[in-house]
Amino acid sequence: MAVKKFVVGCFDDEAVLFPAVKKVRSAGYKIHDVYTPFPVHGLDHAMGLRETSLHTAGFIYGITGTTTALSFMSWVFTTDWPMNIGGKPHFPLPAFIPITFELTVLFSAVGMVLTFCYLCQLAPFVKKHVFHPRQSDDLFVMAIELTDKTRPEEVKAFLDSVGAKEIHEQTVEAGWWLGRFDKEDKLFSQPVQPLNA
Amino acid sequence: MSKAQNTMHLKYESTLREPLVDGVKDYHQVTEDIISPIEAKPGKLWYIGLFISVALLLFGVFSVTWEVYWGTGVWNLNKTIGWGWDITNFVWWVGIGHAGTLISAILLLFRQGWRTGVNRAAEAMTIFAVMCAGQFPIWHMGRVWMAFFVLPYPNTRGPLWVNFNSPLLWDVFAISTYFTVSLLFWYSGLLPDFATVRDRARTKLRKLLYGIASFGWTGSTKHWQRHEALSLVLAGLSTPLVLSVHTIVSFDFATSVIPGWHTTIFPPYFVAGAIFSGFAMVQTLLIITRKILNLEEYITLGHIEAMNKVIVLTGSIVGVAYLTELFMAWYSGVNYEFDTFYKFRAAGPLGWSYWIMMTCNVISPQVFWFRKMRRNIMVTFIMSIIVNIGMWFERFVIICTSLYRDYLPSSWSYYRPAWPEVGFYLGTFGLFFTCYFLFAKYFPVIAVAEIKHVLKTSGESFKEKMVKYEDQDADQFAHDQAHH
Repeated sequence: MAVKKFVVGCFDDEAVLFPAVKKVRSAGYKIHDVYTPFPVHGLDHAMGLRETSLHTAGFIYGITGTTTALSFMSWVFTTDWPMNIGGKPHFPLPAFIPITFELTVLFSAVGMVLTFCYLCQLAPFVKKHVFHPRQSDDLFVMAIELTDKTRPEEVKAFLDSVGAKEIHEQTVEAGWWLGRFDKEDKLFSQPVQPLNA
Repeated sequence: MSKAQNTMHLKYESTLREPLVDGVKDYHQVTEDIISPIEAKPGKLWYIGLFISVALLLFGVFSVTWEVYWGTGVWNLNKTIGWGWDITNFVWWVGIGHAGTLISAILLLFRQGWRTGVNRAAEAMTIFAVMCAGQFPIWHMGRVWMAFFVLPYPNTRGPLWVNFNSPLLWDVFAISTYFTVSLLFWYSGLLPDFATVRDRARTKLRKLLYGIASFGWTGSTKHWQRHEALSLVLAGLSTPLVLSVHTIVSFDFATSVIPGWHTTIFPPYFVAGAIFSGFAMVQTLLIITRKILNLEEYITLGHIEAMNKVIVLTGSIVGVAYLTELFMAWYSGVNYEFDTFYKFRAAGPLGWSYWIMMTCNVISPQVFWFRKMRRNIMVTFIMSIIVNIGMWFERFVIICTSLYRDYLPSSWSYYRPAWPEVGFYLGTFGLFFTCYFLFAKYFPVIAVAEIKHVLKTSGESFKEKMVKYEDQDADQFAHDQAHH
C-alpha cells in the first residue's frame, strides 16, 4: 500500500501563516495544502495557485440555458405546433424573455455547483483525510509532503522557526482523499535546498 | 451598548459603524457559541414549538386532503372570485422569501458586512417560505394528479406543449428556479459549517450524519478559492433572479384586463412589498432565535436597526405605490379603474381590508424614522407582525377587491374563506415552522466561517490590537507591518 508522509504545522493566526507560506515555499519545501476554517483572502496567491476558471464555466452554462430556452420555445411555437393564442404572433420574443432568463440562471447555477463539487470532489458520503480536527475550527493547518530529499526533523525545525504552534508527522495512505491538488498546481518556486547546507 | 465597549475605548473610533460581533472572542469561541446549541439537548420550548407546528401541519394536510377529495368546490371561490385566500397566501409566502435572497445575494454584492450575522437564517426562511408558497398553486389545481401538465414534456397529445406566452407558466419556471438556486446557494454555504460540526463531533452518529452532510469538506485553500468564486457568481445570479421572481408574480395580475390589476407599476411595487414583508419575517424569526440560542452578540441591535431601515424604506416605497395607484385611477379617466379604487377598494363591503392594509403598511412603519424605535426590540417585534398582517392584506385587497365587483353588476359577489382554505393556510405555517424549528436545532443558524472571516476587521475583540497600534508612531507601525 502506497503511503505518503507529511509534516503538519498548525498556525493559530493567519497573520503568521502568510509569511510562513512564503518562507516555506522559498525554502523549496512542497506544500501539499493549507487547510483553513474560513477563506483567507490572498492565501491562494501566496501559495502560487492559479486563478479558478469556475466563473467561465458558469458563463458557458448560462448561455447554454439561454439558447436552450429560446430555441426550444421558438421551435415549439413556429415549427412543431404553431398555435393561435388570441391571434398573437407565433414568435412573440418579448413573451419568451422571462423563461429564457430563468433557464439561463438555472443552468448556470446548477452547472456551476455540480462543477464545483466535481472539481473539489465533494459529494455526500465522501470522506477525505482531515489532518487536524481543528482545521475547521480555529487552526490554519499546513501539510508539507516529505520526499526522499527532505528530512522530517529539518522540516519540523523550519516550521517551528516560522511560527507554527503545533507540529507533528503523519503517514497517510496515498489516494484521492488527500486531494488532487499537486497534479494541477505546481508549488515549487525554487529547487529543494537543504537548510543546513 | 455592548459590554466590551465599556472596557476599551479607542481614540479614533467610528461612531457610525458599530462592531458586527460584540464581545471579546477568538475563532474558537465563535465556533463554540454557534455550534454548541446543536450539540446540546433541545429545551422544553423547542419541543412545545415543534409540537404546535407539527399539529398545524397535520391540520393543513387534513384540510388539503378534504379539498382534494371533494374538489375545489369546498373552498368559497365562485364564478366571480376565482382567486381568494389561496393565491393571496401564495403571493404572501413568495414575497416573504425575497428578504433572504436580498440579504444573502444583494448585500453580498454591495459588500454589506452585517449580512454575515443573519444570512444563514434568512436564506433558510426563503427556502421554507417558497416551499409553502408552492403548495397553493399546486393544490388549487384541484385535480392535482395532473400537476405535471405544467411541464413542457413530449406527450401523446400532439405533442401539445404548454403556453409559453402565459405568465402563469412563467411563474412555474420562476418559482422552481428560485427554489433551486436558493437551495444551492444556501447549501453550498453550509458545507464548511457542517464540516466544523463533523470535526468536533463526539458521538458516532453525529460524526456520520454531519460527515454525509458536509460532502467531505476539508477547508483546502483551493476549495475555498472555488467556493468564493461560486458564492460570488451565485450572488450575482440570485440578484436579478429575486427581482424577476416577484416581477413575474406581479405579471400574473398586470398582464390581465381586470381593473386594479392592469397596471405597469406592479413589478417594482411587488418587489418592494416582497422585501418589506420578508424583512419583517426575518425580524420575527431572528428576535426569537437570538434570544433562545443566546446569539445576541452575533445578531446585534445593529443588525436589527439595519433591517428596520430597510423596512421603513421599502414600506414607504409601497406607500408611494398605493398613492400612485389612486392618482392614476383618477387621472386615467377610466371609469372602471376609478370605481375599483374609490368605490370598491377604499370603500364598499371589503373596504375594511384596504384600511387595515394602509394602516399596517404605510402609517405604522413610520415609527422607524426614530433611532430609538429602530433599536427597540419589543417595538421591532410587534412591528414585524403588524407589517406581515398588512402585507397579507395587501395581496388580499389586490386580488379580492378587484374581483368581487365584476364588469356585470349581476355577477357581483362577496368573499369569505371556508374552513379548508383557512386550514390550508394554517397548515403552511405548520410546514414553515416545523422546518424552521428543525433548522434552528440541527443546522448552524449563523454562518460560522463567514463570521470568522469578518471577525478581525469588524469584531469587538480586535479592538484590543488596535489600541496597541494607536499608541505607536507611524514609522514603528510601518516597520512592524513590514517585519510581519
